[in-house]
Amino acid sequence: MINENLYKYILGIADNSLILGQRLGSLTGHGPSLETDIACTNMSLDLFGQVRSYYQYAAKIAGDNRTEDDIAMLRKEREYVNVLLVEQPNTDFAYTMARQFLFDVYHLLFLQELQKSKDLTLSAIANKSIKEVSYHLRFSTDWIKRLGDGTAVSHQKMQDAIDGLWTYTDELFHQTEADKAMVAEGIGVDVTLLKEAYYEKVNAVLEEATLEIPESKWFQKGGKKGIHTEHLGYLLAELQYMQRAYPNMEW
Amino acid sequence: MSEEQIKNLEAQFEARIARDEKIEPKDWMPEKYRKTHIRQMSQHAHSEIVGMLPEGNWITRAPSLRRKVALLAKVQDEAGHGLYLYSACETLGVSREELYEQLHSGKAKYSSIFNYPTITWADMGAVGWLVDGAAIINQVPLCNTSYGPYARAMVRVCKEESFHQRQGYEIMIKLANGTPEQKDMAQDALNRWWWPSLMMLGPTDAESIHTEQSMKWKLKRKSNDDLRQQFIDQTVPQAELIGLTIPDADLKWNEERQSYDFGEINWDEFWQVVKGHGPMNKERMKARVGAWEEGEWVRDAAMAYAEKKQERKQKQAI
Repeated sequence: MINENLYKYILGIADNSLILGQRLGSLTGHGPSLETDIACTNMSLDLFGQVRSYYQYAAKIAGDNRTEDDIAMLRKEREYVNVLLVEQPNTDFAYTMARQFLFDVYHLLFLQELQKSKDLTLSAIANKSIKEVSYHLRFSTDWIKRLGDGTAVSHQKMQDAIDGLWTYTDELFHQTEADKAMVAEGIGVDVTLLKEAYYEKVNAVLEEATLEIPESKWFQKGGKKGIHTEHLGYLLAELQYMQRAYPNMEW
Repeated sequence: MSEEQIKNLEAQFEARIARDEKIEPKDWMPEKYRKTHIRQMSQHAHSEIVGMLPEGNWITRAPSLRRKVALLAKVQDEAGHGLYLYSACETLGVSREELYEQLHSGKAKYSSIFNYPTITWADMGAVGWLVDGAAIINQVPLCNTSYGPYARAMVRVCKEESFHQRQGYEIMIKLANGTPEQKDMAQDALNRWWWPSLMMLGPTDAESIHTEQSMKWKLKRKSNDDLRQQFIDQTVPQAELIGLTIPDADLKWNEERQSYDFGEINWDEFWQVVKGHGPMNKERMKARVGAWEEGEWVRDAAMAYAEKKQERKQKQAI
């Protein structure tokens, strides 16, 4: 491989979108309204579109005839490097929106920096994705407010979701070795520098939504090293089923 | 209004339809015209929504990213079609909530085809190719139907449907040209979806109770049997082209009619499915009703928030 760090770096970005897209895709037809169904399907579609661009680029870097689908669907559970946040289940609509919001805020900040990357392909993908992710963030922010400041029931459910997912937020700002190498080359984004802006933005929305900002300082990590929650195995079993059952075929 | 005045209005109305003028929401229309349109348009909208389920079933398992993206886009389009059609229906003075209630209580129907299960990936191909193909045959004439909002919705719907159908056929081509296992998968899907697709075009003319009236209002231009024949004549060569066999031993080209003769449809199965006893009727309704009930607190929250926001705005204005 020409540049192993760059390859790993790309997976670190794209796996997040892959797993979150997969989560959103399973909601289609089951949402609280036709409009939210369309929106969640649309976000899933955007994320998978981004995933394809990243993996196609990664496949080119790998230079050994592997394809975007090999990268998406033929790795083992320890080889996925998405953050734990995005693999959390669609427990209810509050969880789905809280997960979305907590990721979208990060995702937009990240892409704004990635746009400045020396790597022109990554900067171009970021440039295209920013438009989509701004939509996602607007949608999820609106729902945090609607549910947080809606009825007593929705307020409680949204608070529970935020409390439940909060423990997965800190990992967004951890650096892998590949991250560090890419930052040094002016290709990667130094995620540690995004942390302050992230919590500022998140806290402002939570406050407006009349929600409590969780105080816990205990956080979970491991996704970036391939050490996942028990949820990921099931998600991959579905994602990979066809490629595993019918290997080496074209679809 | 006197009886004579109504007769007069009816005569004017029929004359407008005869002149191919569009009827618009604020125009006078016979009550039966309004009711028939609510029935057909809502049934159409419900079909789009319930139709998201059999295909949504394969989103998480699509075999490649390219196929996954296409499937997501398709299901999203269907939700959009549902939205247009509900809106068109609302122009006749019925609310979306009432229409949902009719669907959930079983009072309103949706297309019988969505009560069949999608059990392999090839079903995504068969559904696109056959089910959307049959739908297009039904729907293209509706682009010229007499009720303006319906006709306009159908222009958009049909464009996207033909795109979906091509996508479905492309999945079938790929499978039919793939490994023996893939080809078997495609043939099996064709075997299971062929007859239900023919049934989508409705009961035979002799048994179709709405046909005569619908023809008069241009809701229908051809009879069910004519449309079915058109579908068969168009689809058989497509199957042959990719080396798949139509599961009908009586299917034969009729030189004299320049059309295919085909075997007997199992109408008992059709009525069983229509009356709620197909393989997936109960699950489809459970999924729809479940989504609606579980989503109630979300919709309530959205309403409460909108009201609060409105109040704050008013306070600010003072």
